[in-house]
Amino acid sequence: MARARLLPARPLLAPPRWQRLAALARRWLPQLLWTVVSVGLFTAIWEILWYVGWADPRLLPPPHVFLSDLTSQARFFNTAQRWQIGVSPDAGPSPWMAVLITILSSTMRVLAGLGLAAIVSVALGVAIRYFRLIEHLTLPTVTLLAPVSPIAWLPVAIFIFGIGNGPAIFMVFIALFFHMTLATITQIDGVNRNYINVARTMGASKPQIYRRVILPAILPGLLVVLRFNLFGAWMVVLIAEATGVGFGLGQVIMMARNTFNPSLVFFTIVVIGLLGFTFDLLMRLIQRRILYWLPNGVGGFVDV
Amino acid sequence: MSDPAVVCSRVGKIWATGTERAHEALRAIDLCVDPGEFVVLLGPSGCGKSTLLYLIAGLEEPTAGEIRAHGAPITGPAPDRSLIFQETSLFPWLSVWQNVAFGLSLRGAGKAEQRDSARQVLSRTGLADTIDKRPHELSGGMRQRVAVARALAMRPEVLLMDEPFASLDVQTRAKMQGFLLDVWQESGASVIFVTHHIDEAMALADRVVVLTARPGRIKEIVAIDRPRPRDPFAPEALALRRKLTELLSAEVDRAFAEQENVATAA
Repeated sequence: MARARLLPARPLLAPPRWQRLAALARRWLPQLLWTVVSVGLFTAIWEILWYVGWADPRLLPPPHVFLSDLTSQARFFNTAQRWQIGVSPDAGPSPWMAVLITILSSTMRVLAGLGLAAIVSVALGVAIRYFRLIEHLTLPTVTLLAPVSPIAWLPVAIFIFGIGNGPAIFMVFIALFFHMTLATITQIDGVNRNYINVARTMGASKPQIYRRVILPAILPGLLVVLRFNLFGAWMVVLIAEATGVGFGLGQVIMMARNTFNPSLVFFTIVVIGLLGFTFDLLMRLIQRRILYWLPNGVGGFVDV
Repeated sequence: MSDPAVVCSRVGKIWATGTERAHEALRAIDLCVDPGEFVVLLGPSGCGKSTLLYLIAGLEEPTAGEIRAHGAPITGPAPDRSLIFQETSLFPWLSVWQNVAFGLSLRGAGKAEQRDSARQVLSRTGLADTIDKRPHELSGGMRQRVAVARALAMRPEVLLMDEPFASLDVQTRAKMQGFLLDVWQESGASVIFVTHHIDEAMALADRVVVLTARPGRIKEIVAIDRPRPRDPFAPEALALRRKLTELLSAEVDRAFAEQENVATAA
């Protein structure tokens, strides 16, 4: 917004395509450049440590080692159900197909868990503030369970859901649910009293105040909460997958550990980092689309 | 409609009654506001003038006495008593016209009706250009004008204004006072206006109600019987300013002394 104002008044005709592209590039290039510099700096330090012999390549293989032979890394992503009787160890999709399936499976678990947790916890948070009885019945339990580490829920997830997608989605859900419920309540309590009072003087009923004032007022904060919890979801899904979901990025890491394959560990870390980064970017774009009323830089915005 | 717009009889308010933090904000307020009258509540900060406004709006209940609006006791907020706040209270997620038509939309009016009614109010208040803008695209003064328009859209009998121009710069504030007087004269509503600015009170009020430091009581009611727009440098204005300044500064001193007492006691 602020940058747009510096440009001359908008002509009647839309600017030509190349001008719009140039404007876009001016916005994106510095950001892209700094990302490259930041990652490059980190990589360079690592490579230098390897070059002078401080980083043992058998334990801490530098990027040019673990990124050099992508095809052989991809070979370790095998989504065939090898533990089933009668399935040949070589069966299953091609290595790159397997990488794709692995990534999609983990992503699906993250999104399912995050989506479920968001819906249920926002609903509960609003209900807690709306109905005093629900607050009395649920808030103490929610507060009590909020500090429990998601690791503690791992056996529960396996007891209830066995193996497969179930326990992984459950783990993501349970790790986020309590915090997001409490965050929703905090958001509701933080709504500007003037908004509510104005609505009251205009004759709004309690349901109208919640639907027409409180929900839109907390939406920006909720989207920020959702963005931060996206990272949390990625962390938890790895833990869940490492314990025998079948396949997934967490399972690959665990296998890399068991087979003493640090290259594979770092390769998978890079994949996860890129995924998290991409999803954060997508989330920020969605945020901008939904929160059309906020000027840039407000409500946890970064100028995307 | 011979009933007064608002009558406060022996109104008192104690916040957090029965707890250690209990403090008395208002005591024994007797005030009668006529239909179409412009009353300014003037007092030091923290004297309970905003509290009185909230009580009249029906957002809070008095702990003593009774408030009536047009003869009927106040039981809660009502659309015929509109409140305008110091800070902008426009909903940022709605456009200007949606803000102005918010009251109508609560009653289930259709989109076309809402937009028509908003357009009428906005053009009456000289804001027709802003109809499709969002609040964050407007200046502070414009936002407060839209807030006034939104209040007028409810066709209020009483406009309650809680230091509405306090966060505006001096020049904008003078403009806004002129704007408010035009709107008030056209709408025929009573206005109860809270401020701690003597100049603002002198420019606007039919009667200035000077409140004491906490707990707020009515110290004196000063009638100003001069045609508007008023020349702030006229000889009679000087005498009035001196009088109001003396009344107010005595209370500001008392408020300061009390704060120091509290500070030394704590």
